Amino acid sequence: MSPAIGATLNRVDGRFKVRGESRYSAEIQLTNLTHAVVVNAKVASGRITSIDTGEAERAAGVLAVLTHRNLGRIATVPRLLPSLAGLAAPGQSFFPMQDETVHYSGQPIAIVVADTIERADHAGTLIRVEYETGPATTLLDQGRDRAYVPKRIFGGLLPGQGSRGDVGKALAEAEVCVEATYRFAPNHHNPIEPSASTAVWDDVDRLTIYDSTQGPNSVQLTVAELLGLPPISIRVVSHAVGGSFGSKAMVWHHPTLAALAARHVGRPVRLALTREQMFTSCGHREEQEQRITIGARADGRITALRHHKISLTSPFDDWAEPSLQSAAVAYTNPNYEGIYHLVRGNTITPTFMRAPGEATGMFALECAMDELAERIGIDPLELRMRNVSDTDPESGKPWSSSGLRECYQRAAELFGWHDRDPRPGSRREGQWLVGTGMASSLYPVTQPVNPQRAKARLYNDGTAVIEAGVSEFGTGVFTAMTQVAADALGLAPERVRFVGGSSDLPNITAAVGSAGTSAVGSAVHVTACELRDQLIRRAVGDDHSPLRGADPARVEVRDGKMVLSDRPDVGETYADLLHRTMTPDVEVLGTWNPPPQDAEYGIHTFGAQMAEVVVDADLGVVRVRRMVGVFAPGRVLNRKLAHSQLMGGMLWGLGQALLEATRMDPRLGRWANSSLGDYLVPVNADAPDVVVDTVELRDEAVNPVGIKGVGEIGVVGAAAAIANAVHHATGRRMYELPITLEKLL
Amino acid sequence: MRPISYSRVSDVSTAIGTVAADPGSAFLAGGTTQVDLLRIYVEQPRRLVDINDLPLKQVEELPGGGLRLGGLARMSDVAEHPTVRQRYPMVSESLLLGASPQLRHMASVAGNLMQRVRCTYFRDTEAACNKRAPGTGCSAMDGVNRGHAVLGTSDCCIATHPSDLGVALMALDAVVRTEGPAGQRSIPIDDFYLLPGTTPEREHPLTHGELVTGIDLPPLPVAARSRYIKIRDRESYEFALVAVAIAMSVVDGRIAEIRLALGGLATKPWRARAAERVLDGAPATADSFTRAAEAELAGAVPHGMNAFKIELGKRTIVRALTETAQREESA
Repeated sequence: MSPAIGATLNRVDGRFKVRGESRYSAEIQLTNLTHAVVVNAKVASGRITSIDTGEAERAAGVLAVLTHRNLGRIATVPRLLPSLAGLAAPGQSFFPMQDETVHYSGQPIAIVVADTIERADHAGTLIRVEYETGPATTLLDQGRDRAYVPKRIFGGLLPGQGSRGDVGKALAEAEVCVEATYRFAPNHHNPIEPSASTAVWDDVDRLTIYDSTQGPNSVQLTVAELLGLPPISIRVVSHAVGGSFGSKAMVWHHPTLAALAARHVGRPVRLALTREQMFTSCGHREEQEQRITIGARADGRITALRHHKISLTSPFDDWAEPSLQSAAVAYTNPNYEGIYHLVRGNTITPTFMRAPGEATGMFALECAMDELAERIGIDPLELRMRNVSDTDPESGKPWSSSGLRECYQRAAELFGWHDRDPRPGSRREGQWLVGTGMASSLYPVTQPVNPQRAKARLYNDGTAVIEAGVSEFGTGVFTAMTQVAADALGLAPERVRFVGGSSDLPNITAAVGSAGTSAVGSAVHVTACELRDQLIRRAVGDDHSPLRGADPARVEVRDGKMVLSDRPDVGETYADLLHRTMTPDVEVLGTWNPPPQDAEYGIHTFGAQMAEVVVDADLGVVRVRRMVGVFAPGRVLNRKLAHSQLMGGMLWGLGQALLEATRMDPRLGRWANSSLGDYLVPVNADAPDVVVDTVELRDEAVNPVGIKGVGEIGVVGAAAAIANAVHHATGRRMYELPITLEKLL
Repeated sequence: MRPISYSRVSDVSTAIGTVAADPGSAFLAGGTTQVDLLRIYVEQPRRLVDINDLPLKQVEELPGGGLRLGGLARMSDVAEHPTVRQRYPMVSESLLLGASPQLRHMASVAGNLMQRVRCTYFRDTEAACNKRAPGTGCSAMDGVNRGHAVLGTSDCCIATHPSDLGVALMALDAVVRTEGPAGQRSIPIDDFYLLPGTTPEREHPLTHGELVTGIDLPPLPVAARSRYIKIRDRESYEFALVAVAIAMSVVDGRIAEIRLALGGLATKPWRARAAERVLDGAPATADSFTRAAEAELAGAVPHGMNAFKIELGKRTIVRALTETAQREESA
């Protein structure tokens, strides 16, 4: 039997999805179901002086109109804590509709519940709101003079600044210096399924929420705290989730609002956010600027890096995506200074968005590296090779595994990098200027901090069910877990079913930080191994078993049959053992305890990206012709799924590079393009020829399965490779994303 | 969504009569823009009269070599129609470069001509907008206006007309056929689109209940070698930053015939008459092309973020002329 891990198993949920049979959270059918619509503040700052709900309440089909006057108070004022911590994880330290203050445009100010979605929506427009508006800061440039350095960022997970060595001295003594400032437009996740919650109370202390989330347990714990109920009162179910990219990593207001509305009307409530509301309800990648200074010797060896970021955060939280953390350890570099600066603005707290931090921080570093290579006159790839670090430059510890050099080499071969003429503007095909660029990819390997659990049950027909409280939001985790369990149990994948998507199942931390598959995968592996070992112990201790008296360490399982490793003809199947002993099933609850954060290794994922672009010499249009990404993500559980994740990440990078920008109208204090018609993401016609490859790595330090994660690293470096290719094509450096054509006219 | 009543009619006179009788009513064809606008309360009819069963879907030959497109012909059917592709490739190309396949299967050509602007403030019922709420002001003037118009603007409105098809029809001097309570009319395409002036809410010279029944394409041999060029941020499913519809013949190195219209730049599909005047009879040279582009954009008015469109417009015109001249030479 060949191992299931690594094989290209089709998605176990694929059939249901393509048939339209998967049930998303806004599609749950319940008796007496009602529909809630959130009404949002239309000013960015101020106070509601009057809110007239009379006409709305009288409108046909309306059951209730809730505002700060009658919603009821929440039990606990939330404190932002990233869902990785495994605890309650509110997206911001604020809950709306508790008083008349408006902190940001889009803040919920009322909820209408009606018998149909159309009637609820229409009644929402009948609510008359008057505001006393206050001054608002919605752009970075409006608040630069009020910038401060926070003690901690990213929900308290990381310090606001860090340093090593003496960066001032090293920069002063550097033989070559590159200094540049990069600006980034705000970005929004735009998963195809807008967030939705359907809430139903079976009793005053029995609430079920069907929610689209990256972590059913996070939702359970957060809503419990906000409502002042014990976790046992709340069950969160997530049958299917239509993408997230970080927008569903934290627990935002809608599940709690749905629960409150359902309690108020005494009927189940469905609350589905609109596409427009997705721009103001689930966080975003913040508007930011990064200033980077690299000092190097004439041979390209980096001696110093100074990396500062300034970004806009909310009135409630010191949030900055951690743009400095991977850039700080990307290369050998003894002298370093990284400082975050924040400006408080009138916005929802920004949040995780695919490759949070790395997507922007590595863009800045890798564009500056390209400039350094040009300045010194060496090949950009060679510059990176000269600066590869075999240890974590911050801690001095060796990497648990790297593979970076192999990624560079493999990418260069696949791309044909070495044929490159380094001179900018050296290739032209008709109207098109052709250029190539490259960048390094780094993404940290995040470990959950609390134990990860799974349950495994083997039935006496030799089939097994594995359960864990993870949701399937498009990554393919249910499929990969089927493979992990199948291998550990020695069963064919079709004899294994993975069940997830509910807070009733064993506790798994929200799937964030590319750590979802490794967290649940480790728990599933440990649990399935424990179940297998228990069955083997039973067999060798059973006088009627052909394996009686055997050393359990010398027994293995092949296709459901426990056999002696050196005599595979001696053994019996799981089913035979259980039937003989009149056992209907065997079940274990397993726990994986993640390694401590201060392990003896530095742990990071590495990769290399290359891109070829064409730029219309007269019109400035940029099109990406091909991309090559080679990554070393540790164990690959399913080649097809991993490939899709990495390629999807690279195309995200393409979107970041060329298209994606949420535009603020500072006069109105709100986004001016909150629709998929106006916020452009790449379409198939923009997708180039993408080659994805992985470098094999064995990493036993990271977790028992050896997984480092594929969800986000594909994004990292893609935009920089494209921007560097644009420079190579045109001779022009791009310091602002996205690179729209007017910047090249 | 506001409560509405809905009815479906199967003959033109009932359709016209039903809508004409109720000031709060509107025709519903493909609905691809209209239903969106209904959902966001920008358009607020109380009654929709579904005209999809009317016999207006055909594409038929006109005596003398022209072609009549039924008002309800779907964008995709017209785009793929062999005669359209043969005689008026710019029409086919303009359709295929617009919207997405799904939308083109739904949307009618008459609806395409009638589509509303994409201006973010027009669609934001809380924002000032003279087109949606006359007299409230124009938020786009100093706002997020990267996609807005630089030609045909007024102090009241700078919204770009989004149609691609309309640009091709403008180059062809198509005629819009209507039928209303007062009978049938034929409206030259240039007159069918009104400049915003001080009344941006008025986009067409139609009376309430007047229905676009068809579009007549005149016989025009030069159109058989026409093209539609569209420059946009992404490769598909996106409106034009600049578009050019062009038909040109070159005889002995001189431009014998030129038809040029612009999209993405103006408040209506824009016939580039100033450029045509420069080009008519001029040598087909880079110098003529540049002078034509300069002449057409001479009156352009930028509004901040959209200033780049003036230069982009000129360069796209030159590109279209240069490429078409090269084709003519090699033909």
